Amino acid sequence: MSQTQAVEVVDLVKTYGQTRAVAGMSFGVATGTVTALLGPNGAGKTTTVEICEGFRRPDAGTVRVLGLDPVADGAALRPRVGVMLQSGGMYPGARAHEMLRLVAAHHASPLDPDLLLERVGLLGSAARTPFRRLSGGQQQRLSLAMAIVGRPELVFLDEPTAGLDVRARHDTWDLIEELRASGVTVVLTTHAMDEAERLADHVVIVNRGRVVAAGSPAELTKGGADGELRFRAPSGLDLSQLLAALPPGAQASERAGGHYVVRGTIDPPFLAAVTAWCAGNGVLPSDLRVEQRSLEDVFVELTGSELAP
Amino acid sequence: MTATTQPAPAPPPARPALDLRPAPGAAPVGRMLAGQTRMELTLNLRHGESVLLTLLIPVGLLVFFSAVDVLPADGRDAVDFLVPGVLALAVMSTAFTGQAIATGFERRYGVLKRLGATPLPRWVLLAGKTLAVLAIMLIQAVLLCAVGLALGWDPRLPGVAAGIGWLLLLVVLGTAAFSGLGLLMAGTLRAEATLAAANGVYLLLLLVGGVVFPLTELPGWLRAVAEVLPTAALSKGLRSVLADGVGPGVGPVVVLACWAVAAVGLAARFFRWE
Repeated sequence: MSQTQAVEVVDLVKTYGQTRAVAGMSFGVATGTVTALLGPNGAGKTTTVEICEGFRRPDAGTVRVLGLDPVADGAALRPRVGVMLQSGGMYPGARAHEMLRLVAAHHASPLDPDLLLERVGLLGSAARTPFRRLSGGQQQRLSLAMAIVGRPELVFLDEPTAGLDVRARHDTWDLIEELRASGVTVVLTTHAMDEAERLADHVVIVNRGRVVAAGSPAELTKGGADGELRFRAPSGLDLSQLLAALPPGAQASERAGGHYVVRGTIDPPFLAAVTAWCAGNGVLPSDLRVEQRSLEDVFVELTGSELAP
Repeated sequence: MTATTQPAPAPPPARPALDLRPAPGAAPVGRMLAGQTRMELTLNLRHGESVLLTLLIPVGLLVFFSAVDVLPADGRDAVDFLVPGVLALAVMSTAFTGQAIATGFERRYGVLKRLGATPLPRWVLLAGKTLAVLAIMLIQAVLLCAVGLALGWDPRLPGVAAGIGWLLLLVVLGTAAFSGLGLLMAGTLRAEATLAAANGVYLLLLLVGGVVFPLTELPGWLRAVAEVLPTAALSKGLRSVLADGVGPGVGPVVVLACWAVAAVGLAARFFRWE
């Protein structure tokens, strides 16, 4: 059976007491892609993922994972889906290699636990250390290894790089890209913009239990607002000539000390017009940069709040 | 000549080749059960406090009260009285106290939740726990019987086949009752509350369970209560079989069976995995 949507969430609602953790969320995850649920803490990411994993029941709405109901069809889904919890999930006294071996023993054709431990940098003394004495980053990497040891076709990774140092973070990114290249569908949550931009084919921006935008990183950062072009040049250049050469709507200004800022829809002809104007003035601009919107800008624009963790 | 050529630079450390392509599927039940049982056993024997609870305290009680002989022992040798009682204590400490504490913390640390997301069926998880408990009780029984024999224990069975049959029945019922109670506690209370309550109940049942002194030493009202508690029923039943060489009688078997049915039923109904 060809399944194009690995996950389908429609009008999902989940309430805890007075709090609406998820307030009508809808999104889809295409098979074989990396999808990032991006949003600040408390946005409803973990609740949504845990409903997809079958840990919680939705109050309203429907969730289909690999075409099945996560709760009713849990037994059929569990062999096919890998899960990385945000924290915990280990016997505190179990050693890393014992824990990974245990989960491997639950699956039909698991990865070699030793190779996998080596891949996530936990071979050697770390493999023999009880879970409670591993560092936060080591615990995260073990948790990731446990999610993929059973060779699942779909993995849910809840904040896979939280608490990792730069090196381990990049290693984890490499591993997630390798998973996608191997045909595994990945759903991850993050509040790190660079992570979503780097990894995700599809980003679902979530705030206060709702989807506020969704699309590829390029689609999300392209639309709407304009870009900025900045450069340094001798002060006092005549900007009216420049504006005449640019499409209508463009703005140009000089800030203190020859810092120029030009705003508009930045495309190659736009950039060429600016450099031609510089050449016409006999000026070589320095520090010329085109600044495009980042996902962070999009998020701030959509929610009016910062995405600080 | 090649003697002067530089050695080739070492290649960058190759990443281990992992075949991440999906190959999903659940393992056969036997492999899951073996893995789960091994994990439970390993952890249980690794933790100092559980070894203390399951091995050192029962052996210590047996040795101490046999040697000191301060306990009234219904006219028998103290050790003949003590071995069945301490065996009952061993069942309680492993199936109830140790299991309640361990499972309470597993629930608190999300282990049960995490394992619930793997293909491991819940009944295999519980079966793994039960097998580990039975294995530890076997170790306890061998050790306690060896120590008892060294102290001059003179077991009198009602025939080998009948004796083993009665012992198995009592131990199975006792294990079910105590495991049910332990899991009921671990699955409903917070981990710290379980820790405190499991130890408290252990101490209480040690005192009024006919383990180191007979129930006849208790005041009448307390004796009436104690006789329907599972520890007293188990120690009384074991003592009939091992010391008196007769069947355990209807009373202890019925008491244990009622506890087993009630505790397992309540645990199945109220146990929360998260």
